[in-house]
Amino acid sequence: MAVFLIRRLMQSVLVLIVISVLVFLGIFAVGNPVDILISADATEQEREIVIRSFGLDRPLWEQYIHFLGQAFQGDLGKSYVFNEPALRLIFKRMPATLELAAAAMVIAVCMGIPLGILAGWKPHAPFARVIMAGSILGFSLPTFWVGLMFIMLFAVILGWLPASGRGQTVEFLGISVSFLTRDGLAHLLMPALNLSLFKWSLAIRLTRAEVREVLLTDYIKFAYAKGLSGTRVLLVHVLKNILVPIVTVLGIELGNVIAFAVVTETIFAWPGMGKLLIDSIAVLDRPVIVAYLMVIVTMFIVINLVVDILYSVLDPRIQVGEKR
Amino acid sequence: MGKKDDADFIMVLAGNIVSAIQSNMQETPLRRFICDYVESKIAVGALGVFILIFLAAVFSPVISPQNPYDLNQLSILDNHLPPAAKGIKGMTYWLGTDDQGRDMLSGILYGLRTSIFVAIVSALIALVIGGSLGIIGAYKGGRLDTLTMRVVDLQLGFPAILIALILLALLGKGVDKIIMALIVTQWAYYARTVRGSALVERNKAYMEAAAGMVLTPVRIVFRHLLPNCIPPLIVVATMRVAYAISLEATLSFLGIGLPVTQPSLGLLISNGSEYLLSGKYWVSFYPGLALLITIVSINLVGDHLRDILNPRLQK
Repeated sequence: MAVFLIRRLMQSVLVLIVISVLVFLGIFAVGNPVDILISADATEQEREIVIRSFGLDRPLWEQYIHFLGQAFQGDLGKSYVFNEPALRLIFKRMPATLELAAAAMVIAVCMGIPLGILAGWKPHAPFARVIMAGSILGFSLPTFWVGLMFIMLFAVILGWLPASGRGQTVEFLGISVSFLTRDGLAHLLMPALNLSLFKWSLAIRLTRAEVREVLLTDYIKFAYAKGLSGTRVLLVHVLKNILVPIVTVLGIELGNVIAFAVVTETIFAWPGMGKLLIDSIAVLDRPVIVAYLMVIVTMFIVINLVVDILYSVLDPRIQVGEKR
Repeated sequence: MGKKDDADFIMVLAGNIVSAIQSNMQETPLRRFICDYVESKIAVGALGVFILIFLAAVFSPVISPQNPYDLNQLSILDNHLPPAAKGIKGMTYWLGTDDQGRDMLSGILYGLRTSIFVAIVSALIALVIGGSLGIIGAYKGGRLDTLTMRVVDLQLGFPAILIALILLALLGKGVDKIIMALIVTQWAYYARTVRGSALVERNKAYMEAAAGMVLTPVRIVFRHLLPNCIPPLIVVATMRVAYAISLEATLSFLGIGLPVTQPSLGLLISNGSEYLLSGKYWVSFYPGLALLITIVSINLVGDHLRDILNPRLQK
């Protein structure tokens, strides 16, 4: 286990370095920061002073080392727009995104897995067909368009739910959250539902496929032969065995949801870090773009690592750290 | 008497030959494939819908009521007309108009053209790149294979939209840039699929026979190995095209995909979203509906293809 962990950690650091090189090259070499930093009517001498003070006259690799050194100290530059450290901005917006993503995953799991079990249990029953047709629709619906239609239906026509923003928030364990107030919950419901649609159908399909496979195994036949009731077989014997792949996939999907939150946040004006990214791209606020990318890549690496470890804990047949 | 017997005999023989030919023809993989496909009415309908959409997109300059990007044909007085309203020049706008008096039906047809073009071109290039790397890796093994699969694993650990966001944040807007971003997000799926089936096929007897005939490696890979890896590739390609259309629309909606001069469906929806709160639903509703129908039809075709091409589910 220790060897596996160390190897995986080293791999993660390598990935992070590769990504940082790509982002660095993209942002600092392709675009020219000098044009943004210096006004157009500056003299040649002023230009040179600024270029030297930012270290832009040095070779690229030296600039990169400098960037990396700053990054290790948690300094990814200041936002041009907010004049605040970019990293602090990202972390300020992160709780909103995480809350949205978590709410979406809860909806997807609580609705998707039971429906998937139903669909896999009696695959030819009419309700199973309805569920599967719904899941194809859920896969095909473009998230952003569904979001707009939600706004049209629930906010404009019916007037039940607010169309944008986070609503009233309260402090919970030091972070401000929406789901504990009535107003906040009303604001959260529509974006969370919108973000969960895709994962919802994924959970249905995954669960159904797993259930169908597990129902054919000998231990299920044996469980029936013992005289156990259908419900017990389904809830104990089947559920236990389908959880591993589902947890893995949904774990990986958590990162996916955070990435896709960019879209939902833009539609519902949810003040998370995804909306910050889109706003920053629009005004070319480069330090914020870099900070977002580095933060989210780090997050992904951590999520993938945690999923790998969870995998081995949930399924003792999988031995981590050994070569396949 | 003898003559009639002969004639009978010839007739029977001819009948036998015909039925032999017929049964022979039914045994070709393509025939069997078509027969299997036609079994599902939903899939046939979906394919028909997709072909219609595809043709409408290809011929959009011919069939649309106006050229939505020719300013001479637009009249600003016709802006924000609801569906089926008559314009100032007597033209009926069946799906309404947008803020510049543009016929939404024409806008959708032109948008479909851009969306489908971008998705298919990027899918084809990704298919060629990913497919080649996958099959060569599987055939030769070694360092190239290890390296390709490392990159594939790494890349599939990140969601496509994130990779596209990173690339477009760095590269900027443009048709070429979004095609590039879509290629980068897709090639890994093709590489993995082809490699998976090629690894199985590689150990079969016909590959040994081909190697025994001392054919060149290029010929073995592309004439013998590749054709047998195509079925799963078709399934992945259909699903990926649908995903590419959806992803491109999403990125354009976010304002980081296609430029305003080359409007796809995503951009139309994005334009319409500003007027949603004032109840002018049609500007973003109908482009979205077109997008939805396109994606659903492709996904239904892909779903059925997967069922009939999956050897494990074959009757």
